[in-house]
Amino acid sequence: MLKLENISLRVGEFELNNISFEVERGDYFVILGLSGVGKSLLLESIAGLIRPSSGKIFLRDEDITWKKIQERKVSIVYQDADLFPHLTVFENIAYPLKSDGEKDIKAKVLACAGKVGATEFLYRKPETLSGGEYQRVSLARSLAADNDIFLLDEPLASLDSKSKSEMRMLLRQLNRNGITIIHVTHDYEEAISLASKIGVMENGTLVHVAAPEEVFRHPKSEFIAHFIGAKNFFRGNLKTIPQSDLKEFSVNGISMFCLTDVEDGEVFLTIQPEEISISAEAEKGSSRNHFKGKIIDIAPAKVGFEVIVNIGTELIALISGDSKKELKLEIGKEVWVNFKASSCKVYN
Amino acid sequence: MISSFKNISWMRLTFTFLGGIVLLFILAPIAGMYFNTSIGSITNAVADEEVRDSVWLSLWTSMAGTILFSFFAIPLAYLLARKNFPMKSLVNGIIDLPIIIPHSAAGIAVLGILTRDSWLGQSAELFGVKFIGNPAGIIMAMAFVSIPFLINAARDGFAAVPERLEKVALTLGASPIRVFFTISLPLAWRSVLSGFILMWARGLSEFGAVIIVAYNPKTAPVLIFERFTSYGLKYSVPVAALFVAVCLAIFIMLRLIKKKS
Repeated sequence: MLKLENISLRVGEFELNNISFEVERGDYFVILGLSGVGKSLLLESIAGLIRPSSGKIFLRDEDITWKKIQERKVSIVYQDADLFPHLTVFENIAYPLKSDGEKDIKAKVLACAGKVGATEFLYRKPETLSGGEYQRVSLARSLAADNDIFLLDEPLASLDSKSKSEMRMLLRQLNRNGITIIHVTHDYEEAISLASKIGVMENGTLVHVAAPEEVFRHPKSEFIAHFIGAKNFFRGNLKTIPQSDLKEFSVNGISMFCLTDVEDGEVFLTIQPEEISISAEAEKGSSRNHFKGKIIDIAPAKVGFEVIVNIGTELIALISGDSKKELKLEIGKEVWVNFKASSCKVYN
Repeated sequence: MISSFKNISWMRLTFTFLGGIVLLFILAPIAGMYFNTSIGSITNAVADEEVRDSVWLSLWTSMAGTILFSFFAIPLAYLLARKNFPMKSLVNGIIDLPIIIPHSAAGIAVLGILTRDSWLGQSAELFGVKFIGNPAGIIMAMAFVSIPFLINAARDGFAAVPERLEKVALTLGASPIRVFFTISLPLAWRSVLSGFILMWARGLSEFGAVIIVAYNPKTAPVLIFERFTSYGLKYSVPVAALFVAVCLAIFIMLRLIKKKS
């Protein structure tokens, strides 16, 4: 239904680099990323509010890259402040109907308001609405525009938890009724609860587009890795070592040995903090990875302590309070970190 | 008592005193004019047909100029608020020109484009419109010196309307012209009305440019000047007091309408 091909653009400090993805009719596509990575810019380029400097956008099999905003049939709903403040709720919902020359405006407004549960406050001004009511009216207005694709820019960000849950139900329902939704958010839970497909965005680039299970099972961004608790997450190069069953993973000029059958090339590697040990000297055992580094932070964890050691890149080790005491660990102290090649989880 | 005295900021006291002097500077001459004018002389001024005609002429020509030129000024203000284009700063500077040039010089400049020898003067005469010594010329002179007030106020008003609302309206299928009339203009209305009042008030009080373009028919400021130079202060004050009272009444009324809207 919607296809983006190598979209690039720059507005002030924000930019998009070669964004490509496809959304099928009826999809609920969530674009997940931290604030400032260009998520809203992406939505606005689809709606036509910002023109890309290169690339193409296809909607309903038509190239709409340079099509006028009012002819795209795409609705955009923001977190707040997108209802017309001088019009009542009724007039807001009726606004697109007047553009279309609709004859029975009242019936259509009531029908759209009914679908989102906004019939009780039709004659109020937007400034008097709660966050949840405001978003319902915004969605009703998009329904009135008869657009089958909604772009939602952090629509739940300013809602309390009860309204959030009600709005999620409403969004799922709209999606089930045939509305294709592209929803940007920084909230993982929102993404998991709504998405049929997730696109993870970092620094103006979509780094991973897949089903939610895949995105969270095999993170390809630090952002997702942190969310699922994979604290030692690296992106680097994997290379076979001749006459060995080990492979060499390189990141920031550091080489780690991994026991994996993943093919050589750019890969992602995670090591659980509990798999890393700290010692005063390099351990002589089955561990293949030993690095000397300096402790840069020690923080209490749910159980034990997380010790952050700089070995050229930061590694987090989880150790017990007894070990911390016995090794006299403190910030600035030089120590050795050790982990087995089999502790490295590698995927591409 | 002592503690409340200590709480008074000396800076605030000084600023209040200095500000009070400015207010007095504005109010004292106007108040003095009314204190030194008997009701009888104002009644005589009202009864004087020439005075009534001049006040009415000032009122309707300045209003006509404001309405006529708002059709050009408001779209320009919108463009200046929303679009970036080459030499935009120059355009903004040109708009402020009538404020900084002496109004007698402005009158001379306007006269230059309105004479029978000019293209505009000749074209207008084809349609039976004469500018020199005519209300049409007064309208042009008033508009020339007062139009920056409308453009600047409207531009600031449009700039304060969130652009996002206009874009959302476009995504809802509205044409740009519908967006302008249903979203931009209603939301900028207070500022546009402010500019409208300022332009009208500025045109109403114009003397320098008007007297050069049209000494006759006489607007109120021109009549006040004539009464002063021909008969002295005593005979000009009642006309001035009447004109100021009419202007104040309309000005206050428009401000109230704006506040209510």
